[in-house]
Amino acid sequence: MAAEDKFRHEEDLFCPGHRACPGCGAAIACKLVTEATGPNTIMAMPTGCMEVTTTPFPESAWGISWIHNVFENAAAIAAGFETAYKAFSKRGKEGYMDYDDVNFVAMGGDGATFDIGIRSLSGMLERGHDVLYICYDNEAYMNTGIQRSGSTPLGASTTTSPSGKVSFGEDVHKKDMPRIVAAHGVEYVATANIAYPNDFQDKIEKALEIEGPKYIQVFAPCPRGWRNEARDVVKIGRLGVETALHPIYEMENGEITEVQKIKERKPVEEYLKLQGRFKHLFKMEGGEEIIQEIQRVADRNAEIFGLDE
Amino acid sequence: MDKMLTGYDAVAEAVKSCDPDVISAYPITPQTDIVEKLSEMVADGELTSEFIKVDSEFNAASTCIGASAAGARVFSATCSQGLKLMSEVLFTASGMRLPLVMAIANRSLSSPLSIWSDYTDTFAEKDGGMIQFYAEDVQEAMDNILMAYKVAEDREILLPALSCLDGFILTHVQEPVELYDEEDMKQFLPDRVPKYTLDPSNPVTMGAYTRPEYWAECKYMVQKALMKSKDKIGEAVEEFADVFDREYGLENNGLISTYKMEDAEVAIVSLGSVVGTIKNVIDEYRDKGEKVGLVKLRVYRPFPVHEINKALEDVEAVGVMEKHVPSGHQAGVAIDTKSALYSTGKRIPVLDFLVGLAGRDVARDNIRNVIEKTKDVKGKDPKEIGFDGEEHWEPLRTEILPEGI
Amino acid sequence: MMVKDPYKDLKLTVGAVVEPCTSLINKTGGWREFKPVIDHETCIACGRCETFCPDMAVKEVEEDRYEFDLDYCKGCEICAEECPVDAIKMVKEAK
Repeated sequence: MAAEDKFRHEEDLFCPGHRACPGCGAAIACKLVTEATGPNTIMAMPTGCMEVTTTPFPESAWGISWIHNVFENAAAIAAGFETAYKAFSKRGKEGYMDYDDVNFVAMGGDGATFDIGIRSLSGMLERGHDVLYICYDNEAYMNTGIQRSGSTPLGASTTTSPSGKVSFGEDVHKKDMPRIVAAHGVEYVATANIAYPNDFQDKIEKALEIEGPKYIQVFAPCPRGWRNEARDVVKIGRLGVETALHPIYEMENGEITEVQKIKERKPVEEYLKLQGRFKHLFKMEGGEEIIQEIQRVADRNAEIFGLDE
Repeated sequence: MDKMLTGYDAVAEAVKSCDPDVISAYPITPQTDIVEKLSEMVADGELTSEFIKVDSEFNAASTCIGASAAGARVFSATCSQGLKLMSEVLFTASGMRLPLVMAIANRSLSSPLSIWSDYTDTFAEKDGGMIQFYAEDVQEAMDNILMAYKVAEDREILLPALSCLDGFILTHVQEPVELYDEEDMKQFLPDRVPKYTLDPSNPVTMGAYTRPEYWAECKYMVQKALMKSKDKIGEAVEEFADVFDREYGLENNGLISTYKMEDAEVAIVSLGSVVGTIKNVIDEYRDKGEKVGLVKLRVYRPFPVHEINKALEDVEAVGVMEKHVPSGHQAGVAIDTKSALYSTGKRIPVLDFLVGLAGRDVARDNIRNVIEKTKDVKGKDPKEIGFDGEEHWEPLRTEILPEGI
Repeated sequence: MMVKDPYKDLKLTVGAVVEPCTSLINKTGGWREFKPVIDHETCIACGRCETFCPDMAVKEVEEDRYEFDLDYCKGCEICAEECPVDAIKMVKEAK
């Protein structure tokens, strides 16, 4: 085998050479997604870190059929191509794959999903399109330089919710997006985490078997935005689960059906102290109260989802 | 196949004949009846398009773009605030070279809110890289839809195209129209053959971002396509005349048509439904031996520079009548007409008459005023009139304006 | 495998459409300060390094043998951190 052949990059559906930061959690998510969906996939992606780092003309890291349009409409773009294929199959149009054989996917960041894209997402969900929507959640608008989003958790310092002499950072709690999605009557809603890749891929495969809209929110730490060591990205993902701050669960027809239990729950400090975006909480007066509030969130999650073994 | 149909039903019939794969639309007065009719046709199995009942015009256009990228023939309809809301993505459709056709039931842009007709909505989109057709009557609005598809889906063009018709004035009147024979349709408008598609068996990446070394040239290609579409429109009207036996500006690439312009000294340049009444008033003037004529714009973008210059070659004064509002300068057609004339070296007065705003009736008296004021400046140098002297709100109810305006 | 060079004789496509996997031309290995080195004796071929690499820069090149594609490895060290048997060391790149 020639030297370059041994890495078989021709088999990659998400290719190296992309310009994501070293240790990017979202890039790990993209790889895991394309492995699970396989090549018979069309993906819509909104503007954001993954779109920008993977498609600077004339380079593209995507081996699957892929489209970007604007920031806030990936769900609607996906609804559009899903409907086109439905029309082609119904009308017997030649030259197109069968509707039942194609995976219609939209994958966007938390900014594009929770905030600016919520309208397009809501419409797609309530109309029942056969689209799998995956949100890679790094808890801020990372691509534009770490601004807060509806997903930014309490106490996190971002450039538009910075910690300062009179500020603890983000002053409201994270939006409960999975529940908002489930309220649309969506059959399958799940959370996942790049630190648990098998679980994430199993959920993608399970979701693709279901007809209709489905939603998976995958926790994807961002070393640049969270100001942690790149090497700790997966570890931080794991701690998010082990502290109960980011529970892994499945919600089917609005009911919690499956949760990932925690053997020995860790205090939230172990998760927070690895990240520069929370370090002010350990230094400033009153920071202790915010940490306690974050612990309350974790405790509540453990209770609601029955996480403690 | 003559039928008496309301404008909205007629437009729906034209769309049905074009048989889009995907229709995606949202209600807005006065276009709503078009999509209601299309919904009925789908519900009765008359039309087998997939109909997406979207949550907003923004997503009407977005779903159309997704479907067009997959290779579908798509249709939407809107106007006014809906058009403004989808503007962001319509601009991207031209950059991404994705054809889509829309019917626009022209209506004022807020504020203040108005449900009645003018072109402030579509003229605001003139920089979006989309082709804009305007119709004098319901039949033309229908025929423009067929031609819009033909030109938009041409693999050398690949741009969004709008078929504009005055809200209420054309959408809600009944006129006798001819529908389309199926065989004729197959001949004039075959199935779309896309250039690139979202196809897992042949994956490509669409919507990449470009760095400074590429962006200008991408936009250059869009400009070239828009300019090329002039000839394509010319070919389309010729073929249309062959197949359907109706003619639209054949001597002018289908971009304009002229009425009694042969020896005209004074010319009115206008577009849309008001053209019908203008023709009646021109007949009046001609009966009295006065040399007045009309240049009717069928297409606003790309602007028919060559055709307008040719039509105005021997004219001594131009009165533009447009349903548009100036914003710190002059209104669209006047600016564009003057810039077209500039390259000929011809210096004649061009007056800008703002008429029919928010559906205000354009009566024969208004048109007579326009012609008289234009006649008055015949032979004058534009310097004598002055820039501010060119703008005429016809009419302007000065009695309701407060002190000091 | 011949890596396609999209910059060679570049001509714009209509709509700036891009061919798949053309990012391979961009050898991000140049970003590194530290490179990963596997101790093949210690390695148990669990595949965690390959699973977590954001850049597809470590693969099972033969049965039970994992190697790093230094053309693309950005040196993030996640593999070293996640290796259950500490078989991966990060070594400073020689200048």
